[in-house]
Amino acid sequence: MPSSVIAVRGLKKSYSTPAGDFPALKGVDLDIDAGEFVAIMGPSGSGKSTFMNLLGCLDRPSAGEYILDGRPVSAMDKDDLARVRGRLIGFVFQGFNLLPRFSLEDNVALPLVYANVERETRRARAREMLDKVGLGRYAASMPNRISGGQQQRVAIARALVNRPRLILADEPTGNLDTQTSEEILALFETLHREGITIVLVTHEPDIAAHAQRLVRFRDGLIVHDGGHVPEDHAEPAR
Amino acid sequence: MIATLLGQAWHAMGANKMRTFLTMLGMVIGVAAVVLMTAIGQGAQLAVADSISSMGANLFIVLSGSTTSSGVRAGGGNAPTLTVADADAIAELPGVAAVAPLHPGSGQVVYGSNNWNTSIYGITPAYLEVRSWSLAEGVPISDSDVRSATRVCLLGRTVVQNLFGNEDPVGKTLRIRSSPFVVIGVLAAKGQSLDGRDQDDTILVPLTTAQRQLFGVSFQGSVRLINVQAESPEAMDGVERDMTALLRQRHRIRENQDNDFFIRNLTAVADSAAETTRVMSLLLGAIASVSLLVGGIGIMNIMLVSVTERTREIGIRMAIGAREQDILLQFLLEAIIISVVGCCIGLALGVGGALLANILTKTAVVISGSSVLVAFGVAAAVGIFFGFYPARKAARLDPIEALRYQ
Repeated sequence: MPSSVIAVRGLKKSYSTPAGDFPALKGVDLDIDAGEFVAIMGPSGSGKSTFMNLLGCLDRPSAGEYILDGRPVSAMDKDDLARVRGRLIGFVFQGFNLLPRFSLEDNVALPLVYANVERETRRARAREMLDKVGLGRYAASMPNRISGGQQQRVAIARALVNRPRLILADEPTGNLDTQTSEEILALFETLHREGITIVLVTHEPDIAAHAQRLVRFRDGLIVHDGGHVPEDHAEPAR
Repeated sequence: MIATLLGQAWHAMGANKMRTFLTMLGMVIGVAAVVLMTAIGQGAQLAVADSISSMGANLFIVLSGSTTSSGVRAGGGNAPTLTVADADAIAELPGVAAVAPLHPGSGQVVYGSNNWNTSIYGITPAYLEVRSWSLAEGVPISDSDVRSATRVCLLGRTVVQNLFGNEDPVGKTLRIRSSPFVVIGVLAAKGQSLDGRDQDDTILVPLTTAQRQLFGVSFQGSVRLINVQAESPEAMDGVERDMTALLRQRHRIRENQDNDFFIRNLTAVADSAAETTRVMSLLLGAIASVSLLVGGIGIMNIMLVSVTERTREIGIRMAIGAREQDILLQFLLEAIIISVVGCCIGLALGVGGALLANILTKTAVVISGSSVLVAFGVAAAVGIFFGFYPARKAARLDPIEALRYQ
């Protein structure tokens, strides 16, 4: 049996609203193996964001089971979830989400602070990751001194610094132009070749085309799970 | 970990220097006010305690009664009802430490081309002890001076200044009401009494000399007042009761007649003065504490703004592994740093201000280690107390909401 990084069974999530409970996820089953590069697509309100929040341990499901790297996440308390976020998952956001007043090196090293890593080790690992994304010489710069594409590369370096089992990227190219997007995707593909598991949410079919596997959400359920992007289902970019 | 958090807190505060400074200023002013007001309040208490002890501790003054002639009453101390024999009898009572009969008057004093009008007290050697008065130079009036009514005198500091200037008065002869007196000593400076009289504007002569040669008396041995010192504050009530009974008996006063003497308890006056300053210093402290409280509320206000502003940052930190307690600690630390640093600056300003007030206005100030410690402790507690709510608010944020916050 291939080692499955993510195993989701009957995952449900509903939000209570004044109009009653709103089911955002209605029972999702999904397995993602180590080293896979998966794209998740779906219109707004399809439940894909909710699903990503659950995968990222930012939220807990109403029902169902989520096993991350062999650990049952559904049963964990808040502190355990925080620990899992810090050590097993690397987040890449649409808006980069670097801390503005910290140097690139400090930004990349921040997850290690919460993982109680020694200062010297933190510095060395952060430098290593910045070199990996090609920004080693900007280590002491502030985030507002570099371009959007470079900021996203720093964010990827930050996601990688704790050697996570899984990278969760939520519209990582949403704020970038086409050429920069290609550069970022090239970086993801490099990571994929190195064996890192990547789950990427996107609206754009040509971005999703870089992935090996496409999962499509609609109305809180998975409606497609396959190896390629079917052109007839491609949706217009927003 | 703590070192890193401290560094990050410093970083966050440095990002908004003006705001951090203003928040800190609230603490600075609060702590400085507490330290300064406490120093001044305790200084005032000390000054009162000093003037009380300069008056003599546990002291009664027994005044002779008033005379009435043609319906005009002359006030206490005018009727010749007390005698040296009364004083000797009082000295035998239990609980009495010392008795000093006194015959006061005033007169013109001349030395060379200078003259000065001052109060002149006829005393016995016990007087200096009862009033806790010491000599700056020379020798005190002795029992033999009193027995033989010698013409010797002790001068108060003010009298020395007005008659002798820089000259050394001991051994010189001056004239009191035209009679020559030899100066045998100079009294130590005593300063003002509680009611503002200059206690150093005085000449002391032997009691008998005052009675027989300077002022004259209605009959042998009569005195205007007697200072009585009790052994302890607790003994004072008993002494006052016994003294009243004794004097009524000695003066043959019948059951339904009024006393022909008055007994004043000086400690009661002193106590009320001490109580007044104590209340004043409490009041000062209370007002200063209010400003400390306001400073604390300022910290809370700014921390709440800061949490709202940095909601997104909190979300990012949570996403990359920060636990609730990490976020709590981060914001709490910022509040504590602001209050502790503000407190240190406030302490320096308060102590400096107190010393300056002392130099400029001669106000007595007391800077006690305990009041400084208390101010420091309270400031730290204020920082924790008012920093906790915003910090907890930050820690309880939902990471998803926080990440989405614009």
